[in-house]
This record gives sequence, C-alpha cells and structure tokens, in this order.
Amino acid sequence: MFENVNFLLIREIISSVLIIIGVMFMLISTIGLLRFPDFYIRMSAITKGATLGLGLILSGMGIYFNEPDMFLKVVLIICFTFITSPVAAHVIGRTAVRNKIPFWDRTNLEEFKDYMHNEHQFHRDHEKDNRPNK
Amino acid sequence: MSLFSFTLIFAMAALSICLVMTAIRFAIGPTLPDRITAFDLFVANVIGIVAIYTELTGNEDFIDVAIILSLFGFLGSISFAYYLMKSTR
Repeated sequence: MFENVNFLLIREIISSVLIIIGVMFMLISTIGLLRFPDFYIRMSAITKGATLGLGLILSGMGIYFNEPDMFLKVVLIICFTFITSPVAAHVIGRTAVRNKIPFWDRTNLEEFKDYMHNEHQFHRDHEKDNRPNK
Repeated sequence: MSLFSFTLIFAMAALSICLVMTAIRFAIGPTLPDRITAFDLFVANVIGIVAIYTELTGNEDFIDVAIILSLFGFLGSISFAYYLMKSTR
C-alpha cells in the first residue's frame, strides 16, 4: 500500500513546517523583548514565546532524524526546558519585585499594593514577636 | 540546493537576527534583571541554532551540546537571580 510514498520527503516537509513555526515564535518573542515597555511584560513575552518556539524546533528535528535515541534526547531537552523556564522566570520576577524595579505607568497595581501591604504587615508582626527585648 | 536546506538556512538566518536583537536589549537594558532575561533568551536562541545545525549537517553528536546548554542556561539565570537577591539586602 505504501510502496510509492517517499517517506523522506514527508519527514522533510513536516520538519520544515515545525521549524518555521518555531522560528516565527522565537522571532516574535525577541521583537517583544526589544519593544515592550516594562521589565515584567518583557519577561512574560520571553518565558512563553521562546519556550514554545524551542519546543517546536526540537520536535521538528526529532521527526527528521526518526531514531529512538534522538527522540529520547529531544524529549529530555523539551521536558527540562518546560520545567525550568517558569521556575527561572519566577525567581527573576521575585528578585525584581524585591529590588523595586519600576512598573509601567499604565499597569493596574491596586491588588498588588494591597497584597504587598498585607505582606509587610505580616512581616512586621512577625519581627515584633521575635524581638527579644520587648 | 534543495528546498529543505534552504528552509534550514533561512531559519538559521532568522535566529541570527534574533541574537542581534537580544544583544541590543542586553546592551541598552536599563536594569540588571533585564540583562538576565536577555541572557536567558540568548541561551534559548543558541540551543535552537545548535538544533538546526545538527539537522543541516546530519551529525547526531551535536545534540549533546544542546542538552548541556539547556542545563547551564537554567543554572546561570538562577545563580544570577540569587546573587542579586543576596547583594541588595
């Protein structure tokens, strides 16, 4: 049934389409890194777009090679990137909030200010409880 | 030159343009966390270039470079963030 089908050509076409889509995602996220007005918005653009683009490029490469060990390595890289990229973004964002990196002036910050006020209240109470001479 | 290799070379050219734009953000970034995220995207772009180069040459050994780069990129951004948090307190 499948004698006349050129499997190499089919694999090349699928791999090319996946790689082009992934490169477009990375290009869009890099333009977002260059053009967005605020640190937090820029970090959001990178964390989502670049991770998805990298996953698409690597899966296209795994489909082209069509071997089990290559597929295992590709799945390893994709799983590691999808786990570690949000963790790194969360740590960097928390560091930026602690260091008081300024927000964009059109960001709605009411809930964030309430949250930070409650957190600081909590920390002050905590320090007051632990203070030895009082 | 087939259409497939043309596609791969076009993808490498697009990722190189991405590297240039990331380097511009790395140079003009107003604060240090901007530079850390630019470094993160730098590592992701280099992993993509290594993957496309592996496919272009057909040599399967280069994919190990991408594994090690994905490990060390995460380690680099995490250690930079902890350095920032410890140094400003």
